[in-house]
Order: sequence, then structure tokens, then C-alpha cells
Amino acid sequence: MKLLKLFKIAFKAVILNKLRTLLTMLGIIIGVASVIAMLAIGEGSKESIRASITSMGSNMISIQPGADVRGGVRRSRTEMQSLTLKDYEAIKEKASLLSYVTPSVDGGGQVINGSNNWPSTIYGVNPDYLSIRVWDLQSGSMFTDADVKSAGKVAVIGKTIVDNVFLEGIDPVGQMIRFNNIPFKVIGVLEEKGENTSGLDQDDVVIAPYTTVQKRILAIDYLREIIASAVSEDEAQNAVTEVSGILRVQHKLAENEDDDFHVRSMDELISTSSSTSEMLTILLVAVASISLLIGGIGIMNIMYVSVKERTKEIGLRMAVGGKGSDILMQFLIEAILISITGGLLGVILGLGSTVFIEKFLHWPTSVSLYSIVISFAVCAVTGIFFGWYPARKASALDPITALRYE
Amino acid sequence: MSREIITIVDLKRDFIMGPETVHALKGISFTVKEGEFVTIMGSSGSGKSVLLHILGCLDRPTSGIYELDGLNVKDLCKDELATIRNEKIGFIFQSYNLLARTSAIENVELPLLYSNKVSSAEQRERAIEALERVGLGNRLHHTPGQLSGGQQQRIAIARSLINNPVIILADEATGNLDTRNSYEIMALFQKLNKQGITIIFVTHEPDIASFSSRTIVLRDGLVIQNDKNSNILSAEDELAKLPKQDAML
Ligand SMILES: Nc1ncnc2c1ncn2[C@@H]1O[C@H](COP(=O)(O)OP(=O)(O)OP(=O)(O)O)[C@@H](O)[C@H]1O
Ligand SMILES: [Mg+2]
Repeated sequence: MKLLKLFKIAFKAVILNKLRTLLTMLGIIIGVASVIAMLAIGEGSKESIRASITSMGSNMISIQPGADVRGGVRRSRTEMQSLTLKDYEAIKEKASLLSYVTPSVDGGGQVINGSNNWPSTIYGVNPDYLSIRVWDLQSGSMFTDADVKSAGKVAVIGKTIVDNVFLEGIDPVGQMIRFNNIPFKVIGVLEEKGENTSGLDQDDVVIAPYTTVQKRILAIDYLREIIASAVSEDEAQNAVTEVSGILRVQHKLAENEDDDFHVRSMDELISTSSSTSEMLTILLVAVASISLLIGGIGIMNIMYVSVKERTKEIGLRMAVGGKGSDILMQFLIEAILISITGGLLGVILGLGSTVFIEKFLHWPTSVSLYSIVISFAVCAVTGIFFGWYPARKASALDPITALRYE
Repeated sequence: MSREIITIVDLKRDFIMGPETVHALKGISFTVKEGEFVTIMGSSGSGKSVLLHILGCLDRPTSGIYELDGLNVKDLCKDELATIRNEKIGFIFQSYNLLARTSAIENVELPLLYSNKVSSAEQRERAIEALERVGLGNRLHHTPGQLSGGQQQRIAIARSLINNPVIILADEATGNLDTRNSYEIMALFQKLNKQGITIIFVTHEPDIASFSSRTIVLRDGLVIQNDKNSNILSAEDELAKLPKQDAML
């Protein structure tokens, strides 16, 4: 019953000092909200960078002809014919750290369907390609090893091609297109990917068996590239070494000769971009911590002043029989009421502004539970502590000393 | 005979103000019996308030003995003192000490908020009753800021009555009232005293002292006079003798 009475007193005090309550709460609200929003932005951009790397295939390894010599005379990659199907077969057979390997040839040309045409690029690969790029089909299916063997005239196309050469409402799967006058049957449509991090339209592609592209479109028998994926991101660097070894043997290179090919993992890209996002997060966390600190100091300040200002009231309450513990309980309840209410409003505001940022500024955001918990806890604890601590000091005074406090 | 409710022996209270020490009470001894109506008089700064605060368990003496109702106050802990203040003592401050922006009724209720023995409903009832007793039945929901000095003083008096104390300590409880109002309050105190409540009343005015059974006079922190009053006036009778209010207009 006493607790209920104390709760009523505390509630009345909160209501009675609306402005003070509001100011205290404002510190808490802004502190909590800004931390949640900041961390949501940090996490969001981190996630979007991670997602875009993964979408390119974070385990991807690319093998291209030509030495990685700088300063020397380099012929263009397309002129080089040193990468062959034999190399591909050797890699496929011997490499233990790769999960997928595909030969790759590519060439530009016109995609034609009826009276529509569109300039694009055709990639000749094997069915592993989708797994390496981590791409998915939106409809239809990928061609098979049998199609590769028979150099089948089948193709999987991207969304941009669909949009540009097919009329709206027509299902492209099963339809015929022509690429540089060679007819292909569309058997699948790729899921929309959008632009990659360097602004390239990843949906502007035609994918067909490499045998078909080699023979019917490019009329070559060498490869432009071999693309593979390491068993894991961690093994990517080892896989690069392994593949290099295999190719050196394959190309019969002597000890003192340089590589006549170039094997790259996505490592460089991954390390730079993940360090960028790491730095961004650290920066945002720093800013958020500062705003939380400032919010905390604001709470301390107002709580401290408001209790000090009420030392006389504390004296009177003690004079009419309030025990130290009653006074403490009253102020604790008050502090909890203000801090918890402020904290909850802060969470709501934080989530609201996150939604706003996502919707209207189109920044990627991701609200993490820990940011809510941490900011809420910090503000609530500061509020409660600084409501309680000065009250404890005041309630330790003799009533008359507290009453005389100016 | 009735027993002693207050016994103080050689009570001293020093205030240390930096290098100086103010000796507010320099060794005071007296006893008050249960049911007495004692007035304490003395010039300004003689130590009346300081003494009353100690008697009210709001302050502690620097040295000396204070026994209240057989208990040595020195031995009591803070919480025990709080309980005594809550249940046995009604204290009226010289400066009222009301809660600002809080209605009369809530101010009067305050002591009962810290009592386990009274329900919320009874609390309200008793607050209204106490306010009616001091003539403020029509000002229940006014805040101190909306009331005159005398009305605020009467709220402070009502607050001291709410816990049915065994002893009332009043510091200039009529200092802000006109003659008629202060006589009315004195009549109330005399009635409470008849019911057995011990009253210690600090005042400047000799005519107020004439309503009490004994007068103690302080000067410079010492008792210079402690006399029984042989001719106790009835405040009720004096009130009747006052000219009618209309006549004063
Ligand atoms: N907290 C304090 N600190 C220092 N000195 C004090 C304190 N309280 C009282 N005094 C001193 O003690 C003396 C007695 O004060 P007290 O308030 O008891 O006077 P009083 O008799 O009640 O006067 P008045 O009739 O004006 O109310 C004064 O000289 C005062 O300055
Ligand atoms: Mg005084």
C-alpha cells in the first residue's frame, strides 16, 4: 500500500513538472533515437556492401591470359590465345580448393527478336557459371552439360534483354532470339540484379554454352578467361596459388620464367571494401557514442538539478515522517518513470527516423537489437542513477538541514 | 500525577560557521508534563526555533539529554525518529513549509502518505476534516500560491493535526493572523489541549501566552524565566469579548 502511495506521489511530481519532465525526457529520447538511427545506417551500409560483394561471388577467382607485367609491352587480352580448354580441364581435374570452374568466352553483338534489337554481350560458359556468380533464375532453367557437349543453341537472358526485345506480357521462355543472326532458344531468364558496384548493368547479358559461342559466334578455340570459385572465402588465396601451380606445369614454364597468365581472387576488392564499411561503422559508432554521452550528461544534469532544487521538499517530507527509504523510493520511481518513458519514446523515434531515412533518403538501414538494448540501457541507467544519487544524498541530511537548503 | 513527556537537561546547540561558532542554545533544562500547554517566549534570535526543532526531532543537539516520552532521543536511529515525527508529533513551522503548486488538501494529507496505518480514503476524509477545523473548508483545492499568508499558516496548522499527534509543537503559529483569527486558533489549541494533547507554543505575543498554563522565556540561548500561569484565560471567552466583525468595518 505504501508503495502504491509512493508511486502516486512520484507520478504526481512527474505530472506537476511537465516542462522539467519533458526536458529530461528529451535528452533521453534524442540520445536513444540517435544511437538507434546511427547504428541502423552503419549496419545498413555494411550489409549492402557485403551483399553486393556476395552478389558478385565473393569466392570468385578469375584466370586470364597474359602476364601481369607492368611497364612491359602487353598485348590486349583478346589477342592472346594462351588459355585453352586443356588448361580448363587440367584445373578442373587437379584443383582441390575449387568448387566450380567454367571456361568463359564473350563477344558483343545484336540481340534480335522480331523487329526489336538491342546491343549486348554474349557469355559462353558452362552450367557452373550461375553458382560462381551466385546468380539465380527467375524463370525457366539453365542449360545443361549435354547442351554444352552438343553446342546447343540455347540461351539464358537477363532482365534488360527481356525488357528491350520482348513485348510486354510475353513470356520469353521458349521464344527464339537471334544473336548476331544465330538463332537461340531462350530457356531461362535471370533474376534481376541491378547495377554492380561499378555501375555495370548486370542484367544486360546473354548466357549460352561456351562451345556454342566459341564455334558459332566467335569462331575461336581458345578461352578468354577461366572463372572459378574457391571452396570458401578463406581458401580463395590458397586456391589462387594452387591454380597458378597447375597452370605453370600445364604451360611448361621453367623456374625462371614469369607466368603467362594472371590469376586473381576477389580478395583485394573484398579487403578494401570491407575495411571501408568497417571504418564507416566505427565512425558512426563513435558519433553515436558521443551523442549518447551528451544525452547522458543532459540527463545527469537535469536530474541532478531537479533533485537539488527539491532538497527543501525532501526536508519537508522527512519532517512529516518520510523515512530515507521512502524518499529514495519516491525519487527512484520518478526517475524510472521518466527514464523508461523517455527511453521507449526514443526507441519509437529512432525506429521511425530509420524508416524515414530508408523511405525518403533511400539509404540502406538495418536496425539491430543490440543498438536498441544498449542505448535504452545506457539512458535508463543514467537517468535512474542521477535521479537516485542526489536524492540519496539529500535524504541522508537531517530534515532541518534539508529544509534550510537554499 | 501526570508523567513527564519531555525532559531536557543542559541542552546545547552550536552551529559551526567556518571559523566562527554560533552558540544558539547554551545549556537549557526543563521538563514538560503530559497535557501541559507551554508557551516559549523570547526576543528574536534567542533560540526558540532551534529549541523547537530539536524537540520536534528535526535536529540534534550538540550535547545534553533529550528524553521524549521516556525514550532517549540520542539512541534512536533516523527511521525511528521519522516514525516518531510521523505518529506522535505535529509540527507547525514558522515559515509554513508547504509544498508549492500542491492543493491545500494534498498538503494536509502529506504526513499520512508516509503512514502505513491509514487508507487513501480515510486520508482524504481526515484532511478535509482538519481543514474545516481551521476554517478552510472552502479552500480545499487552492494551492499555497492562491492563498493569503494567514490561510497558508492555517493549512500548516491543519497538517500538524492530521496524524492525531500526542504533542504539538507550534512555531509562531499565529504570527500571521489577526486577533480574531489567532484567538480562534488558540481556542482550537485549548480544546485539543483539553483532550489531552501536549502543546508547546512559541510566540512573541504576551496575550497569546496568557492562554497557556506555563511560560518559558529564553534569552541568548538560556532560560531566564519558567513560571506557571495562575490566571489562564479562555480563548473562547476572549473571542466573545471581541467587538463583532461588522462593528470593525
Ligand atoms: N542553521 C543555522 N546555522 C547557523 N546559525 C543558526 C542556524 N539556525 C539558527 N542559527 C542561529 O541561532 C540563533 C537562534 O535562532 P532561532 O531561529 O532559534 O531564533 P528565534 O528565537 O526563533 O528567532 P525569531 O523569533 O526571529 O524566530 C540565531 O542567532 C541564528 O542565527
Ligand atoms: Mg524562530
